[in-house]
Amino acid sequence: MKPAVFSQRMPSFGRVNQVPRTAETHPLTWRLRDDGQTVWLDEYRQKGGYRVAETQLAHKTPEDICRCVKEAGLKGRGGAGFLAGIKWSLTARGEGIPAAYLVCNADEMEPNTFKDRMLLEQLPHLLIEGMILAGYANQAVRGFIFLRGEYVHAARVVERAIGEAREAGLLGAHIAGTDYSFDLQLHVGAGRYICGEETALLNALEGRRANPRAKPPFPGQAGAWGRPTVVNNVETLCNVPVVLEHGPEWYQALARPESGESGTKLMGFAGAVRRPGIWEVPFGISARELFEDYAGGMRPGYRLKAWQPGGASTGFLLPEDLDLPMSSAGMARKGLRLGTALALAVDDRVSMVALLHNIESFFSRESCGWCTPCREGLAWAVKLLSALKDGRGRAEDIQQLEKLVGHLQPGMSFCGLAPGASEPLRSALALFRDEFEATLARSPPLPA
Amino acid sequence: MAIAFLSEAEQQAIRAEIAHYDSPRAASIDALKIVQSHRGWVPDEAIPAIAALLEISSVDVEGVATFYSQIFRQQVGRHVIRLCDSMSCFINGHETLLAQLQEILGIDAGQTTPDGRFTLLPVCCLGHCDKGPAFMIDDDIHGVSSLFPEGDGGGPLRDGDGGAEHGVRDVKVALMRLLEEYV
Ligand SMILES: Cc1cc2nc3c(=O)[nH]c(=O)nc-3n(C[C@H](O)[C@H](O)[C@H](O)COP(=O)(O)O)c2cc1C
Ligand code: SF4
Ligand code: FES
Repeated sequence: MKPAVFSQRMPSFGRVNQVPRTAETHPLTWRLRDDGQTVWLDEYRQKGGYRVAETQLAHKTPEDICRCVKEAGLKGRGGAGFLAGIKWSLTARGEGIPAAYLVCNADEMEPNTFKDRMLLEQLPHLLIEGMILAGYANQAVRGFIFLRGEYVHAARVVERAIGEAREAGLLGAHIAGTDYSFDLQLHVGAGRYICGEETALLNALEGRRANPRAKPPFPGQAGAWGRPTVVNNVETLCNVPVVLEHGPEWYQALARPESGESGTKLMGFAGAVRRPGIWEVPFGISARELFEDYAGGMRPGYRLKAWQPGGASTGFLLPEDLDLPMSSAGMARKGLRLGTALALAVDDRVSMVALLHNIESFFSRESCGWCTPCREGLAWAVKLLSALKDGRGRAEDIQQLEKLVGHLQPGMSFCGLAPGASEPLRSALALFRDEFEATLARSPPLPA
Repeated sequence: MAIAFLSEAEQQAIRAEIAHYDSPRAASIDALKIVQSHRGWVPDEAIPAIAALLEISSVDVEGVATFYSQIFRQQVGRHVIRLCDSMSCFINGHETLLAQLQEILGIDAGQTTPDGRFTLLPVCCLGHCDKGPAFMIDDDIHGVSSLFPEGDGGGPLRDGDGGAEHGVRDVKVALMRLLEEYV
């Protein structure tokens, strides 16, 4: 199969293609081309690709692989940070249990997240190799890549790469001459953020409305079409060949010592920074390094007012918090989650009230409508924020917003969307209450 | 027969999708997209036809068709413009872009131009937050770097905060130039 060139008006190329990269320091991205074009099969193999899958399938048992991934401490990169090795070891298997399915979560719709797209467009074979290994570790008979519908270019690339791999005997019956058979299918979605939630994703995959499912049973027990199903994020799966090639100790040592993390992470900064983009960096570097050394600080004329560490569903931090490490433990010090680790800089010219109105409008529109706190609560929050933003708000509105934050906490709703929506609102109300209150001065007095 | 509403080509493509899955229902989203790719949208009569092919009820198909944002249950223009309105693009000046597009096209978000050429839709984050405000015209992704290829590809397009790198007029000219390519 000849490599295809797909033209794009706005190419995949980005900052990640411009930094020096080595296999030792950038195990995920060293194979990227400097021009941002896709690394197709021949080039991927020239750069050592698929060697790990071939050796592991020939010489290791599925249990060996699970153990290695567990020891390496590979955490899920989809936002929740669950240990991949633990998830895999909990996948149901045995007599009378149908063989598992593996699902790659490529729904990437969290605002300010643009890392999985880069991997899909530029390194599709790294993902396929990761899926072969994860599939083998879970003894999965089939894998699905659930890709969001707007990633048109990624869909073409992945489809083509799957074809290349199949033709080379790397997918299908008896992969690379071993006993293991596994094939991949690309499933392209049709919109809606909620499809990224893993149980909603399973409903979408089965051709149903993407409402989340009740847990338990967890997908690892009964997922797609009732089979045990492993759901992992694109970046998580792309880390699997790296872990298995170099082993747990090597992988752990990639992260900053005492960060409580393993490996490298795709991190980024967007907003009015000098060089917005993503980079592969050691897990646990300080946010300041990311902000200043990589993103170049703010553009002239803009001052950093607040930042979010990893997507719309993470809370806000202040400029003085930039010294925190980009790790789960680092963010936990402020009571926050790291999320996807693609940070957003909010500058001094952006109104926090207007920004929160934008963020909560997103969550409200994307609510699947299944449970009341989320469906009604978010719509109410948007109404209140809209009034405050336009100078029609009242003091009680701010108190009401605080109450709503309480109703959207984990445990009060059916899935993680509502708690995610409450996070930025809670922290903005705490850190920037003056901005919310200042809008009241513009409001007309109540009629007597 | 309900199925007859669909052309041979549509039926064949849907049957091919069904073959990929454990159960025919799984092809519901693909089936709706196939009809949409042939007709630009999914007319009412297509719903029972798809339901018959998938051996599920029309209500189920309609439930799926109305859930997903990329399935159009109303006629859209020849070209669909999807404009990201999520937070990073908001910071990067999505509102300027929206206002410009509305002015050029003479329509609001969610509407279609009277000549049936463009439909303007707000959508969630398009995964190009470093190059935003991002938007798609049909299958093409665009952003500041495709509007201003000669520039440094960055800087908020926000209007009225004194910091906009590119004047509002520049944005309008660049947008009009780009839209000309979509006839
Ligand atoms: C509302 C919502 C949206 C989500 N969207 C995504 C997504 O787009 N991509 C993703 O990988 N995980 C997403 N997740 C997390 C998934 O539910 C799941 O935890 C993840 O895919 C597991 O993979 P990992 O362990 O490899 O991270 C979302 C979760 C919630 C609650
Ligand atoms: S929290 Fe929101 S998105 Fe999740 S199930 Fe409830 S309504 Fe749906
Ligand atoms: S927020 Fe607009 S592309 Fe991500």
